[in-house]
Amino acid sequence: MRNSSRYLYVLAFAATIFSCKKDNYPQPNSLLSGRLVYQGDSIEVEKNAVHFQIYQYGFGKVGPVSTDETFAQDGTYSAVLFDGDYKIIVPNGDGPFIWKKTAAGGPDSVSVTLKGNQTLDLEVTPYYMIKAQQIAAVGTDSISATGMATKIITDSVNAKDIEYVALYVNKTQFVAGSTSIASYTLAASAISNLNSIQLGVHIPALVPAQSYVFARIGLKIANVEDLIFSPLQKIQF
Amino acid sequence: MKKILYITSVILIATGIWSCKKGDSDFLNTPPTAFLTNDQVFADPALVRSVLADLYNRQLDFSSFDINWSSFADFSESFPSENGSAYFVQRTGWAYNSWGVNWAGSYQYIRDLNLFLERDSASTALLASDRAEFYAEGRFLRANFYFELAKRMGGVPLVTGTLTYDYKGDPTYLQLPRAKESDIYDFVINEAEAIKNDLPADANEKSRASRGAALAMESRAAVYAGSIAKYGATTPSVSLPGGEVGITASKANDYYTIALRAAQEIISGSAGAYKLYTAAAGASASALSDNFANVFLDKASPETIFFEDYKVGGKTHGFTTNDQPYSLSDEGGDAGRIDPSLNLAEAYEKLDNTYAPFATTDGSGTQAYYTNQQDIFAGRDARLAGTILLPGGTYKGGTVDIWAGYQLADGSIFTSDESDHLKTLPGTSVAVQVVGEDGPVNGLELRTQTGFYIRKYIDPTVGSGRRGQGSTVALIRYRYAEVLLNAAEASFELGDNATAAGYMNQVRARAGLIVPLTAGDITFDRIVHERRVELAFEGNILYDMKRWRIAHIVWDGISTTLSDLKSNIGAAKKRSTQPWGLWPYRIYNPGSANNGKWVYKETLPALVTGSNRFLFGNYYSSIDPGVIGANPKIIQQPNQ
Repeated sequence: MRNSSRYLYVLAFAATIFSCKKDNYPQPNSLLSGRLVYQGDSIEVEKNAVHFQIYQYGFGKVGPVSTDETFAQDGTYSAVLFDGDYKIIVPNGDGPFIWKKTAAGGPDSVSVTLKGNQTLDLEVTPYYMIKAQQIAAVGTDSISATGMATKIITDSVNAKDIEYVALYVNKTQFVAGSTSIASYTLAASAISNLNSIQLGVHIPALVPAQSYVFARIGLKIANVEDLIFSPLQKIQF
Repeated sequence: MKKILYITSVILIATGIWSCKKGDSDFLNTPPTAFLTNDQVFADPALVRSVLADLYNRQLDFSSFDINWSSFADFSESFPSENGSAYFVQRTGWAYNSWGVNWAGSYQYIRDLNLFLERDSASTALLASDRAEFYAEGRFLRANFYFELAKRMGGVPLVTGTLTYDYKGDPTYLQLPRAKESDIYDFVINEAEAIKNDLPADANEKSRASRGAALAMESRAAVYAGSIAKYGATTPSVSLPGGEVGITASKANDYYTIALRAAQEIISGSAGAYKLYTAAAGASASALSDNFANVFLDKASPETIFFEDYKVGGKTHGFTTNDQPYSLSDEGGDAGRIDPSLNLAEAYEKLDNTYAPFATTDGSGTQAYYTNQQDIFAGRDARLAGTILLPGGTYKGGTVDIWAGYQLADGSIFTSDESDHLKTLPGTSVAVQVVGEDGPVNGLELRTQTGFYIRKYIDPTVGSGRRGQGSTVALIRYRYAEVLLNAAEASFELGDNATAAGYMNQVRARAGLIVPLTAGDITFDRIVHERRVELAFEGNILYDMKRWRIAHIVWDGISTTLSDLKSNIGAAKKRSTQPWGLWPYRIYNPGSANNGKWVYKETLPALVTGSNRFLFGNYYSSIDPGVIGANPKIIQQPNQ
């Protein structure tokens, strides 16, 4: 018994001396980040809804570096990578915007040579933009909003109609249809003037009580899954 | 010299001793006993059947007793009452690769099927009639498997022969692109037509391919293809330019015509004497419910067309073990995992063919009191109690004990966290049970948390709920009632509402809905509703919602409120993103006329924090990037 415990000490000591270190690779440490933009305006989307894919070439693996990467709700993205050559795409059909396409119809890629931290904004063409938004508290339990929807893509091939415009309110900063405590939806047929869209919603009692909410306007484009949003606003009562 | 002679003689003697028996020239030709050659197998019908048994066993089902109970849960049709599975109701959607297939395994199976077909057709020792029937069975399995692939992935590479690598270093000739989605459906339909006459027209042949099975597969495939063509037009972004996903709208009528023709061939009786499993005339409501439950228990049912059979001593499954009522469980602590939701339960209509939520309140909004626990469910479609084990329902001679607590005179709830934690009611001195043995208590797993248990497929045989014994209830893949609904849907889509009503009324009359629907009553909503309630928990809801392209509307990711729940029942596009429950309470109010009566409350189980969101990218399960890497001709699904 004495002997065997001595062996255990030796083994444990050996393990501390000879374990790992050498066989580990350095971690990736170059930060690639940026946002979705159209002529300098950032494109706001729903979190976990609009995907992007990063590809790296030359290592035998075919396919994106990671398959399930999404833009944050303010349209930003980031990835910590090794230095090297990468290509970025947004898959077909994702996002409330048109991503450049190749002649064959696939998504065209944006190339980036990463060497240290780098910022790369992705230029896209949204179908619509929400502008001049104003969201304000009305009394102690309601919110009203106004805004204008500007049609960006107008050519007959790609242009799409509005399906609805909605005002979403949530207790936290993540505001969209699936994460809202209150919402008001205005169908396209009920919108007479795109330059002056009026929305209002009653907010239910909050448990636990809080004196502020977050709100933004979303615009649903017909036959496009993802909504485009106005910038987030914190509303204080 | 002497030495050489010596050595030579030793060698001669040695060889003389140890060499084999002279004259036995077959020594090197002894047949091995460890395996059978192809020629041997395909000379004996019994051996071919055992090869076929393996091929049958490898068919794919959406929800299967072999996979897991959880394949029957989800889609807000039920609540998973097992703490490790709470993610079902806590996630906010499905990954793009949900419901996908193991690509390599699938094509391995297809290769094995193709090998079987090639060897069977090359066989000279089998009787021609045997060979033709085996061949048709193999083709049925292959067509049915391609249908299963198409439901999940859309168009896939259509391989109908074995592919062999030539070892010349260039495998590109083996890389096949995805076929069009319509090509796969056409393949399934054409195969069914080609083999139906080689298969037995025998309604008693249920576990093997029969003419009825081929035609049932054909009618379902055609009605799927027709609806993808027709309703795919409403979601143009769910398509690929090459047709790998999506079918052109102009083909819809052709497919519906085929679906109707195939279904009518079964209905006419030419494929065997199939008919609905019906109770005796004038049966009571509970007898009608029992009859519906027995459709899935009686293996001799003339309604069953094709099933995956189970047998004691051979293959059994644990579905009953997992999902039996807790208080009546054969296996203490193993029960109650699938709890049907109120969303589904309230969809069963009233006997006058109207929809209504369960009356928890009366017209003026005050709470409704019921003398008997089951009174609230009275006057409904018999399939409600046939599919769902309701509070106060019976199983294996016992009554399930489902109640969430006492409601006191002031309306407050008096309950505890488990039935054996007794409590003293106000004004009394003896501690009593204040919650049902079967729950519902939020977070108390293996007991119902919605107020309902599943009844469909639950085996009442003694011992079927034991882990060691298991249940032998068969999994029905095609049954006559669905054929009638296929015919009804195809007729409706072809504009013949009167015929559609006729087929649908047969299915409904069996469930006690004897007021017939008229041609004017048949709408898209009715078609969707009838399939949902008739085929609940049979692995159809996802594919039905997908092919009608309403999955992204029904499961839109927005929380289901109480008013959402209680309104628009029977509407195809009604939101159903969270599974609600209906909790019974006992009134404790001595002196009041209502003392001891029952009240019900719609309750969202506390574990339900997510809401189902079905994205465009979920319509077709993603193909693993590794598959595309290995074969660049394969293109990914849209919107992913």
